[in-house]
Amino acid sequence: MYDKQVRRRRAVLAGLVVVSLILLTAYFGESPSSPLHTVQRGIVEVLSPIQEGASTVLKPVRDIAGWFSDTLHAKSQRDQLRKEVQTLEAEVAQYRGAWIENQQLTKEVGLDNSLGITSNREVAGQVISRDPTLWYATVEVDKGSDDGVRVNDPVIGDGGLVGKVTTTAPTVSIVTLITDHSYAVSAQVQDAAGDTGVLVPAVGNPNQLLLQDLPQHAPIQVGQQVVTAGFKYGSLDSLYPPGIPIGVVSNANQDELLNNGQVQVSPAADLRHLDVVQILTTPQAGTERAQLP
Amino acid sequence: MSDALRLPLRLALVAFATVVIQEAAVSQISIFGVSADLTPLVVMSVGLLCGSLPGAVMGFGTGLFVDLVLVQTLGVTSLLYIAIGYWSGRLRELRDPAHGLVPLALGAAATALAGLGMAVIQFLLGVDSPVSMLLLQQIFITVLVNTLIALPVYAVVRRIIQPVLPEDPRRRRRRAYTTGGLSPLQRPSERLGPLPRSAPR
Repeated sequence: MYDKQVRRRRAVLAGLVVVSLILLTAYFGESPSSPLHTVQRGIVEVLSPIQEGASTVLKPVRDIAGWFSDTLHAKSQRDQLRKEVQTLEAEVAQYRGAWIENQQLTKEVGLDNSLGITSNREVAGQVISRDPTLWYATVEVDKGSDDGVRVNDPVIGDGGLVGKVTTTAPTVSIVTLITDHSYAVSAQVQDAAGDTGVLVPAVGNPNQLLLQDLPQHAPIQVGQQVVTAGFKYGSLDSLYPPGIPIGVVSNANQDELLNNGQVQVSPAADLRHLDVVQILTTPQAGTERAQLP
Repeated sequence: MSDALRLPLRLALVAFATVVIQEAAVSQISIFGVSADLTPLVVMSVGLLCGSLPGAVMGFGTGLFVDLVLVQTLGVTSLLYIAIGYWSGRLRELRDPAHGLVPLALGAAATALAGLGMAVIQFLLGVDSPVSMLLLQQIFITVLVNTLIALPVYAVVRRIIQPVLPEDPRRRRRRAYTTGGLSPLQRPSERLGPLPRSAPR
């Protein structure tokens, strides 16, 4: 009797492990349009009303917890922001003049302005759930393909780039954040040379990104803004319009720059407290879009 | 409803509610820069209360549901949670720990296993981005936060599923000993208290 129980227990355990391994192997090698992915999207769609309801019901709990957290950090944030305001006021005056000059020159040269954030339609969505693990940084948004959202649409919020849409269902979408280990985007530092590189996350540190593949002697300094680079080559567009703020350079160690061609960047958006995001949908369907950053 | 179905139904309900609450609220609350993770704690609690087999099945189901809802690689979380549920259940079957702080220690161990196991599996599957050493710090803080909430989570899970748990003979025997019911070390007079005096003749 005891042996039978032990055998049964071991058989069930082995069966569960084998099923998990089969699922893992099958899913890992599948394309996004394969059956397992389709089932996953279907379940997300079915559960979205429940998650939306739970998110609404539990919002007061989140707000109370957020209030405590914000109060603790409010004083240090205020001092930091005062300093930033002083610096930015001086910069704004300088850039205003440059902007007027840019407008005039653009008209004179006749540059194509179709590549820019203004060419996208913004769809505002509410975050209804988020992934708790350190490895997967995703949020679920209550807007889907019915609202014109497509896979790879860029997502902005809280003053900066948040991520991109990786899964869509008719009424919900999954947004992969810029801190997810699978994410990469071409970015430009707003220094004198406008150096560009590839921005990737530092897995395990949600407050830090790494801008890699920079020129070794790039004149990059702490505090310089990092924005999406964007590009247009014939009918091939970058996923991201140029000029979307991503963050600021937080550490520009010259040795690191010389040896590895990388600097550290702090994201502009507070990715842990996102409530509302904006999805930049593309109205011109059919245009080829670059799959690589 | 038949008694055999009550426990699986309650376990399914607990798994469903846990994942929904986790995604809709708990993951969005940041404590020391990390979020608490209820799911390994619930799987651990079920293993500790029900045994290795229900623990492993609960781990598989909860993990699969997490992977489905969060659009993650299927099978990763379920593989980790099977181990958590099974070993929590084995601990109960082999040692039958009665100390009140056992869920606390087991909650910490379950969260550490989930965090480190996920890191190992991700490395095996291949990571494109550089990995910061702060990952270990984040796992450590998550373990601390989960340890703090392990006892309340265990209490809630026990409250939900205990009414439908089959009576365990070993627990019944232990309860009888601790209340003095069946201990052979006590004389019947001590166990039953003083006998009523008979009226003087």
